[in-house]
Amino acid sequence: MNRTQPLVLGIESSCDETGVGIVRGTALLCNTVSSSMEEHVRFGGVIPEIASRAHLDAFVPTLQEALTEAGVKLEDVDAIAVTSGPGLAGALMVGVCAAKALAVATGKPLYAINHLVAHVGVGLLQTDDGALPPFAGGLPENAVPENALPGNLGALLVSGGHTEILRIRNITDDVELLGSTIDDAAGEAYDKVARLLGLGYPGGPAIDKLARTGNAKAIRFPRGLTQPKYMGTADEPGPHRYDWSFSGLKTAVARCVEQFEARGEDVPVADIAAAFQEAVVDVITSKAVLACRENGITELLLGGGVAANSRLRQLTEQRCRAAGIRLTVPPLGLCTDNGAMVAALGAQLVMAGIEPSGISFAPDSSMPVTTVSA
Amino acid sequence: MLILAIDTSAVASAALVSDDAPEGVLASFSTEDTRSHAEVLAPGIDALLADAGVTGADIDAVVTGVGPGPFTGLRSGIATARTLSYVWGKPLYGMMSLDAMALEVAESTAAVPEFLVATDARRKEVYWARYSLTDGQLPRLVDGPHVGFAADLPDLPAYGAGAGIYEDVLRANPDFSAEQPDALYLGQFALARLAAGEPLLDSTPLYLRESDAQVPGPRKRAL
Ligand SMILES: [Zn+2]
Repeated sequence: MNRTQPLVLGIESSCDETGVGIVRGTALLCNTVSSSMEEHVRFGGVIPEIASRAHLDAFVPTLQEALTEAGVKLEDVDAIAVTSGPGLAGALMVGVCAAKALAVATGKPLYAINHLVAHVGVGLLQTDDGALPPFAGGLPENAVPENALPGNLGALLVSGGHTEILRIRNITDDVELLGSTIDDAAGEAYDKVARLLGLGYPGGPAIDKLARTGNAKAIRFPRGLTQPKYMGTADEPGPHRYDWSFSGLKTAVARCVEQFEARGEDVPVADIAAAFQEAVVDVITSKAVLACRENGITELLLGGGVAANSRLRQLTEQRCRAAGIRLTVPPLGLCTDNGAMVAALGAQLVMAGIEPSGISFAPDSSMPVTTVSA
Repeated sequence: MLILAIDTSAVASAALVSDDAPEGVLASFSTEDTRSHAEVLAPGIDALLADAGVTGADIDAVVTGVGPGPFTGLRSGIATARTLSYVWGKPLYGMMSLDAMALEVAESTAAVPEFLVATDARRKEVYWARYSLTDGQLPRLVDGPHVGFAADLPDLPAYGAGAGIYEDVLRANPDFSAEQPDALYLGQFALARLAAGEPLLDSTPLYLRESDAQVPGPRKRAL
C-alpha cells in the first residue's frame, strides 16, 4: 500500500446524503453527493427509512460518477474508507455493506471511520486552486502532511444531526468530545421552528433568510443550559458547561406563537425567526469559544451543514477574533456530509500507518469520537 | 454457469451454484440469527470465494434475494450484490426470496401440490406466498408475495419460520417450522430458470410496506 500519497475512496451514508469522494493524500480529486433531501421535504425532517431506501439506489451510480469524475480505476485505489458511525443505523448499514462488498471484490483494505472526526478531516484537504490546506500554514514547504493539524485544534460541528465541540490532539488517534447537545441538534431545532412558523423544510436556509428582515431583539428566547448550576466555574465546571440544549427553546417559540394567536394578533414571523436564530447562534458560539479558551484551543474549524448559516459564521468569526482564535471554515460542499471527508480521514489513517478495520466490524450508530476508526 | 447467490431476507446466506458442480452446489453458508447481516455477510462471501478457489472473474452472474423481508437486513444483501456485480462487471438478477423455500419444499418428501410459504414479518404479521407444484416441475408462484396476519391466509399447508410462529392458526409443517429462505435454494432456482430461458427479476427490493413516515398535519392554532 502507498502510505505517503495514498489514493483513498471514501463512502458516506450516515444521514440523507449518499457521498463518494476520492483523495490522493491531501489532494481532493472528487466529491460526488446524491441527496434524498427532496424526499423528506413533505415530512419536515429526515425520515430514516426513506433515507435508507435512497442510499441503496444511489450508491452504485454515485460510485460510478465519482470514479469517472476523478479519472480513477478501482484497481488503482490504495484503500477504501466508510462512515461506520455515528448516524442513522439503517442508513449506515447500506454504506457499510456496500463498502465491504467493494473491499471483497477489489481486495483493498477497508477503514471504518468516525463521521464526526471525518468532518474535521476535510480541514486537511487542499482546495481546487491548489492552495495549501488551511492548517498547513507554518509547515516546512516539503513536509509530508502526515498530520498537518496543529496541536491546539478544536472543531465546532453544527448540522441537522449534530452539535459538538471537539478537541483534536491527533486526528488519527486522540480526539476528545468537550461538549454536545443533550437533546435536539441545532439543525433539527431550525427544522422544527421553521415548521412552527410555516416556513417549510429545510428550516435553516428559510429562517436565515427571513431573520435578516426581522428584529432579533424584539423577543428574548432562552439560552439552554446557561444557568450557573449547569455552567459551574472554570475551576469547578458544572455538569453541562460546554453542552447545549435546544428543546426548551423550541417550546418557547411554540408558546410565543400561541400567545400572539390567542390575542388575535398577527404573528411577527420575521422577528421570531431572527430572535430564535440569535438565541441558537449566541449560545452555540459563546459556549464554543468558552470551551476553546479554557482548553487552550487557538485554532477552530467550523463544520457541518449549519456552517452555511450567515449569522452563525458572522458571530463565530467575531467571537473567535475577540478571543484570539483562528477560525477556518471549509468550502460549504465539504462542510455538509460527503464522501471526501471520509476519504480525507482515511488517507490520514493510512499515512499514519494505522491498520485497516477488516470486514467484520458492525456499524455503530452511537460511535464515540474517541473511536476514530474501528 | 457459475452464480453467486445472496439472500438476507431473514438470515444472511450466500452460495456458489453451478450447473457443472455435483448437486449444483460449490459452497454455501448461512447464519442462524437475523440481525447481524452487516457483520457476517461480507466475511462469509469472502471465505466462500476463497474456499472454492473462485474469483470475481469466474462468476457469470450475481443473484440476490429481493425479499420480502425486514428492510434493513434485506438491503444489506442487495447493497452487497449490486456492488459486487458492478465491480466484477457481471449481470445482476433478483429472485423473490420466498421462492427459495418453495424449492426447498418441492425437493423434500413433505411436498404437496398446493402450499404456502411464510416468513416472519414482525409486528405480528407474516410475509407469504402461495405455490403450486406439478411432478418434475419447478414450483410455480400462484399468489403473492403479500404481508398480512397469519389468520387471514388461505387454508393450505404452510412451510417456513413464519408458519412455525403461528402454528396455532396455520397448518404449519413441523419439519419446516424453523426454516428460512436460503441463498443455496435461491441460486439453484435461478440457475434452473436461466437454463429454461425464463426471465428473472431485477434487484428492486420488495418492501411491501411503506416507510412509517407520517406527513405532519397542519399545526393547530391557539383559539
Ligand atoms: Zn455530519
